[in-house]
Amino acid sequence: MSTADRLPRLLALVPYLMSHQGATVPEVAKIFGLSEKQLIDDLQLVWMCGLPGHTPGDLIDVSWDGGEILIDNAETIARPLRLATDEASALLVALRMLQEFPEFAEVGDRDALARVIAKLERAAGEGAAAVSSQVAVEMDAAPGALAAVNEGLRTRRRLSLTYYVPGRDEVTPRDVDPMRLVVADGRSYLEGWCYRAEAVRLFRLDRMLDVRILDVAAEPPEDAEPLDVAQGVFRPSPTDELVELEVTPAGRWVTEYYPCEEVVELGDGRMRVSLRARDQGWLVRLALRLGDTGRVVSPPSLAGAVREQASEALARYEECTG
Amino acid sequence: MSRRKTERLLNLVICLLSTRRPLSAEQIRHAVPGYDRDGDEAFQRMFERDKNELREIGVPIEVHKDPWEDEPGYRIVRQSYELPEITLEADEAAVLGLAAQVWQRASLAEAAGGALLKLRAGGVETDESAIGALELRVDTRDPSFPALWEAVRDRRAVRFDYRTAGSGTVRTRTLEPWGVVSRRGRWYVVGHDRDRGESRVFRLSRIAGPVSPIGRPGVVEVPEAVDLRALVGYRDDLALPERPALLRVRAGTCEGLRQLAQAVRPGADGWDEVELVFADPERLAGWIASLGADVEVVEPSDARDSVIRRLKGALA
Repeated sequence: MSTADRLPRLLALVPYLMSHQGATVPEVAKIFGLSEKQLIDDLQLVWMCGLPGHTPGDLIDVSWDGGEILIDNAETIARPLRLATDEASALLVALRMLQEFPEFAEVGDRDALARVIAKLERAAGEGAAAVSSQVAVEMDAAPGALAAVNEGLRTRRRLSLTYYVPGRDEVTPRDVDPMRLVVADGRSYLEGWCYRAEAVRLFRLDRMLDVRILDVAAEPPEDAEPLDVAQGVFRPSPTDELVELEVTPAGRWVTEYYPCEEVVELGDGRMRVSLRARDQGWLVRLALRLGDTGRVVSPPSLAGAVREQASEALARYEECTG
Repeated sequence: MSRRKTERLLNLVICLLSTRRPLSAEQIRHAVPGYDRDGDEAFQRMFERDKNELREIGVPIEVHKDPWEDEPGYRIVRQSYELPEITLEADEAAVLGLAAQVWQRASLAEAAGGALLKLRAGGVETDESAIGALELRVDTRDPSFPALWEAVRDRRAVRFDYRTAGSGTVRTRTLEPWGVVSRRGRWYVVGHDRDRGESRVFRLSRIAGPVSPIGRPGVVEVPEAVDLRALVGYRDDLALPERPALLRVRAGTCEGLRQLAQAVRPGADGWDEVELVFADPERLAGWIASLGADVEVVEPSDARDSVIRRLKGALA
C-alpha cells in the first residue's frame, strides 16, 4: 500500500480496532497488510488526532501495551467509510460471475450467493450496482466431465482420465488424485497429483474425453502444493528454450493466446515475438499453423524442423494432384 | 502524502463529522491543527486541495450556501459517510471471501481488497478459506483495461487507436462504452462507435497505445436492455454454414482429430479416411497444417488449398 492510501487505511483501521478491542499487533498488521512497525506508526499518528480543541480529552486514546490494542474516544469515526463505486463493483462483478458458474452449485451455496449480492447492493448504492452489470465475465458451459470430477473431489477418490493434449495431439491415460477446481479466465481446470508426471498438474475439464472414478482413495503426497495460479495458468519455465518468431498482422493472434516474453513492433503490423516452450513438437505445430503468416527466426534447429515437416506434407499433396 | 498532511486530513474528517451545523472555512482553519500557521491565500489553496483529496477517496463533503451568510459552510453528513450496517452469515462470508480473490491485477484486486477491509472494519466477519476446493481467477492483463473500466464507470466517451484483425492497419476510434466483457480469457469493450454510427465490439488486446477519455463524464447512455454478451458472442457466430470435410490420416496418429470425427474408416495403405464437419475453412486449415505430414485434406478444395498455402508459407 502506498502512502497515498494511508488516510483511507486509517479510516478503516480505527473502526476495526473499535469493533475488535484487544486485537493483537501482529494480527491487525496482517489483516491490513502492514509490518508491525508500520502499524505502530499508524497508531501513533491516530493518537495525535481527535476532535477540535485537541485537549487530551478530545484526542483519540489508543494503547498497545503488551501487544493488545485498545482504543477509546474515537466514536466520531467508529464506522468505516462507505464502499466506493470501484470497491463495491469489484466484488459485485465477481459475485455475479460466481452466480453463473455451473461448478459453484456443487461446492457453494447459491442461496447464500443471492443473499450476499442483495446485501452488498444495498450497502453500495445504485452507482455500483449499475457499473457491475456493465462488466461481465462469461463462463464456458459446464463440460461433461464436471459431474465425475466433482464426485471425485467430494469423495476423495482417485480419477482415471482419458486426457487430450492438443499441443502434442495425443490422448493419454492419466491417474490423478484430485485436489481442487481452478477456474481461470472462464475455463475450468482440475488441479491434482498426476501419477504420470509425478507432479501437481492442471487438467482442463473440456479436454477430458473420459473420467472414471476409481475405487481407490485419493492420496496426493503430503508435500504436493497447490499451484500458484495468481500469475496465470500457463507459465513456461525460465529454463525452457527461448524461441523467436516474426509474424505478419494475420499472425498477431499468437500474442493473444500465449504468454510472450517480449513483443517488438516492426511496423506495418508486423511483430517479432519471443516466447518460451518446453515442447519442440508444439512449436513445430505452431509454426506450421502460422504458415505464411509467420516464420521462425531462431533457433535454426526449429526452423529446420518446420521446413522438413512442411516439405514432407507438401510432397503428399503434390503426389495426389500430380 | 506526508505524515503531517495525513494528520491534518484525519482531523478535518473528524471535525466535519462532529459538527451539526456547517462550518465556514475560517472556523475550520481555527479548529483543525495544521491550517493555522500559513497566510490567508496559502490556507485557501491548501483547504481546496484537501477537500478534493477527501472527495477522491469517497468522503462526501456537503457545501451549504445560505442566502444570509457570505461564506459557504462545510460538513460531512454521517449518514452519507458511514457504511450502512451489514451483517453476513457464515455461508455468506465464505462466498464473499471467494469473490474477493477473483481479480488478479492491481486495479480491481486493490478495490476488492479495500472493500473487504471496510467490511471487516464495520464488524463483518469475512472468510477467505472456507471454499478451499475451488479457486476462481480472472485476469485483466490488457493495459487498456483500467482506463476502460473507469470510462464505463463514469459514463464517459473514449478515444483509442485500434488495429484491425486482418490487415493490421491502425485507426483511431471514438467510442461511447457500454460495458466490458470477458469471453474465453479475452476482454472486449462494447459500445456505440461514433464514427460508424452503430454498435461495435473491440478486442482490448488490439488497442494500440493509451485510451483517452474525451468529453464530460455522465454523457454515455447505455441503451436499456442491451445484451453485452450477446453482442460479443455474435462475432464468433457470424455463422458460416457447416460443411463436411474428407481427410486422410496416417494410422495411429492425430488422436484429437479422430475424437471429433463423424466417421473413421480404416484404409488399406496405412492411411485412414476421416470425415469431419467444419464451418470456417481457414480455421480447419490452420489445425490440419499444424499436424504436418500425418494428415491430408482430400476435400473440399478451399480448405485443401488453404492448407497447401500454409505449408508453402512455412517452407519459404
